[in-house]
Amino acid sequence: MSAPNFNRREMLTAGVLVGSAAALDATDRAQARSISGDVPWQEGQANKPDIAKPGTYLFLTAAEAACLDAALSRLIPKDELGPGAKEAGVTFFLDRQLAGPYGEASHWYMQGPWKKGEPTQGYQSRMTPAELYRAAIKAIDAHSGDKYSGKTFSQLTAAQQDEILKGLEKGDIDLKTVDAKSFFTMFLQNTMEGFFSDPLYGGNRDMVGWKLIGFPGARYDYRPYVKKHGQKLALEPVGITGRPAWKPA
Amino acid sequence: MAKKLPAKDVVLVGFGWTAAILGQELTDAGLDVLAIERGAWRDTSTDFAVTFAQDELRYMWRRALFEEPARETVTFRNAPNQEALPMRHLGSFLPATGVGGAGVHWNGQTWRFLPTDFVARSHNEQRYGPLPADMTVQDWGITYDELEPHYDRFEYLCGISGKAGNLKGQLQPGGNPFEGPRSRDYPNPPLDMVYGPTLFEAAAKATGHKPFPCPAANMSRAYTNPLGVEMGPCTYCGFCEKFGCGNNSKASPQTTVLPVLMRKDNFELRTECEVLRVNFDAAAKRATGVIYIDAQGEEFEQPAEMVIMCAYALHNPRLLLLSGIGMPYDPKTGQGAVGKNYAYQITSGVDVFFDDKILNPFVGAGALGVGIDDYNGDNFDHSGLGFIGGGYLACWDTNARPIEHHPTPEGTPKWGGAWKKAVAKNYLTTASISTHGAVMSHRNNYLDLDPTYRDIYGRPLMRMTFDFTDNEHKMSDYLTDRATDIAKAMNAREVHAKKRTGHYSIVPYQTTHNTGGAIMGADPKTSVVNKYLQSWDLHNLFVLGACAFPQNAGYNPTGTVAALAYHTAAAIKTQYLKNPGFLVQA
Ligand SMILES: Cc1cc2nc3c(=O)[nH]c(=O)nc-3n(C[C@H](O)[C@H](O)[C@H](O)COP(=O)(O)OP(=O)(O)OC[C@H]3O[C@@H](n4cnc5c(N)ncnc54)[C@H](O)[C@@H]3O)c2cc1C
Ligand code: SF4
Repeated sequence: MSAPNFNRREMLTAGVLVGSAAALDATDRAQARSISGDVPWQEGQANKPDIAKPGTYLFLTAAEAACLDAALSRLIPKDELGPGAKEAGVTFFLDRQLAGPYGEASHWYMQGPWKKGEPTQGYQSRMTPAELYRAAIKAIDAHSGDKYSGKTFSQLTAAQQDEILKGLEKGDIDLKTVDAKSFFTMFLQNTMEGFFSDPLYGGNRDMVGWKLIGFPGARYDYRPYVKKHGQKLALEPVGITGRPAWKPA
Repeated sequence: MAKKLPAKDVVLVGFGWTAAILGQELTDAGLDVLAIERGAWRDTSTDFAVTFAQDELRYMWRRALFEEPARETVTFRNAPNQEALPMRHLGSFLPATGVGGAGVHWNGQTWRFLPTDFVARSHNEQRYGPLPADMTVQDWGITYDELEPHYDRFEYLCGISGKAGNLKGQLQPGGNPFEGPRSRDYPNPPLDMVYGPTLFEAAAKATGHKPFPCPAANMSRAYTNPLGVEMGPCTYCGFCEKFGCGNNSKASPQTTVLPVLMRKDNFELRTECEVLRVNFDAAAKRATGVIYIDAQGEEFEQPAEMVIMCAYALHNPRLLLLSGIGMPYDPKTGQGAVGKNYAYQITSGVDVFFDDKILNPFVGAGALGVGIDDYNGDNFDHSGLGFIGGGYLACWDTNARPIEHHPTPEGTPKWGGAWKKAVAKNYLTTASISTHGAVMSHRNNYLDLDPTYRDIYGRPLMRMTFDFTDNEHKMSDYLTDRATDIAKAMNAREVHAKKRTGHYSIVPYQTTHNTGGAIMGADPKTSVVNKYLQSWDLHNLFVLGACAFPQNAGYNPTGTVAALAYHTAAAIKTQYLKNPGFLVQA
């Protein structure tokens, strides 16, 4: 269960149980519940999302952030179409994800024994995403240094960086401590997440990802537009927490 | 030692779609019913409110509503000679945890199976000759006609939006002419159609097919169901499947049954309690109740007169195996039935890229689309094709959530400047046709207990051994080719067919249409339950869900899962309660 649920349970523990709903075993942490006689509802129980807290990096070191900034600028570059992944704050998004339950693989099955497996059997590394990023970034900088006289990945030219990224994507580069392809697959997926998710998670800054493609964001009622076949709707995107233009300057 | 609790008339294991139906029906019959659900209570206004429901990262990619592999997962391998490894994070399918089950986060594509689907073996053998020796396809032991009234009840409970194609044998223009005869039309008219599917409709007609609006559990207008529960019109929000609906517009246990059921005196729900096994008496004739563990780790014994397993198609067979009920299936000898005939769905797609047509694909709903059934089941002549079965083709417009959906033409790199340009160019102007193929059962596709890997309570995980066979690949390729024919008639810039090739993989999401493992049939040697989903071993144990399907058809399962649930409820009410015992003599 995610953190917001946990808050909810703490509220339940505090004894604020609903009408006829009573705790099964209200002794310590009242989690299991018996519900009968009504649909339980109580104010203040919205299972709301966890907003990424602003501030400095919680997980990434400066060197790691530099490496990711550089790689993100190649995965989704800034160009005439608009900002890229770095400008969209994807590094910050990744930092918050890696510092949280996703980084810890807290929902994943992480018991051994550990075997390599077939591609059809999926992820089989014993590393959590946070561990995988840490090890992979180190190994990518080491690989860059070996190949380009001591330079880190972020110090390389764009063409050199692209070559390394392609090598990781294809699995041609041996990163020794980590599986290059597994890392690249995860990194690319997380980049898409950071570029296109709701800005409340720290990426998709100013909704640049949504503006690029014309996605109107966290709207909920498109009934007036269903029959507007073939028409450009030009709906300004909006996030779950609103949109910058709604806030006084 | 588990603490023994006062007995109940009925225990429902799990509280998703099938349990909601059984709970409502059996409390109506005056029984004292307890549902035990491993997940938490959740409801529209608190858990999927319109103010935050449309959050792609949280619900789809961080799996907020689904089963946590850390607690329970499956191990997987393609063939019996491989070593199965755990599915460490969710991928191919997304089982539910929490009140409402996967009914909360399904699409609402609500189909009936074809009359011939229920007699897949006898029908195909009669028409095409003997099936291959390893194809363990079986008849269901029930007919479409027996299920028709129960399909109808579910469709009216849910307020399905659609158009009848066959009313009591009379074909209806604009509906699906291949469907079995229905006693009355859908309760609601079809949803309004967005642009993409209308282009498919025109091309399908032009190429000689018979398109129709797909049946949807998304409300085309405000609806009050037979229980008096009200639903609001769907707003085409495009955050439907994998999400809860904030509008009470998608049929789910919460929006159709729970407002009534939860208020009944003879119903109780325990949440965050996980059933560990079903107990039975010394003579192994009756189930005596269940053992469950609550969130604090305390174990309880809950005695009951009847146990009804509603824990989803994957968990019911596992609970049977863990409880030692029935004989586990052995692929070497073909003996035993528990775990036998696990099947799934084989899907593929064709992307259709336009230059000039703005489709606004983010205006969508879970079951909004136009389909054709010309290539489903045995609706077409299979002579010389080398496979049996089929599937529907549909141009759905379910969503354009951008992490999941940013189509690019063939040959586009997966990142970089060229990728970015292609995404920006094609996002608003790409439609997709999907194929939804049947999976026939095969001797080596089955479920059993894993010898190595354990769940959070230290019990064996279930092991899934599954691969697509020659039949599936030939069939799916055939469907993809037909979809490509129609796609080409849509006058697009570019068409890209994405065939399903190679071995089945647990990695990419395909469908949560897991079937088999506790199959129904007419013979206790080759099935786990009879046509009433009553265990052949313990007469007061019923096993619901798609685990009863002897093989899968070319449709989404829930219409049939729910029809079977109503059929079971009717049998319990009208026959079993009067005379508890086996409803079919072995
Ligand atoms: C993303 C998605 C989209 C889908 N779209 C469609 C669609 O469009 N059309 C269609 O026909 N079908 C669709 N389905 C499938 C559909 O949701 C299922 O067929 C349906 O919900 C099955 O009902 P059920 O009662 O068998 O299981 P569920 O509704 O899943 O309920 C099972 C419940 O049992 C609980 N449980 C499991 N084990 C235990 C235990 N040991 N103790 C206590 N509780 C337990 C679970 O937590 C869960 O709440 C979709 C599914 C998903 C995930
Ligand atoms: S598409 Fe319609 S039914 Fe689905 S979640 Fe949105 S409003 Fe609800």
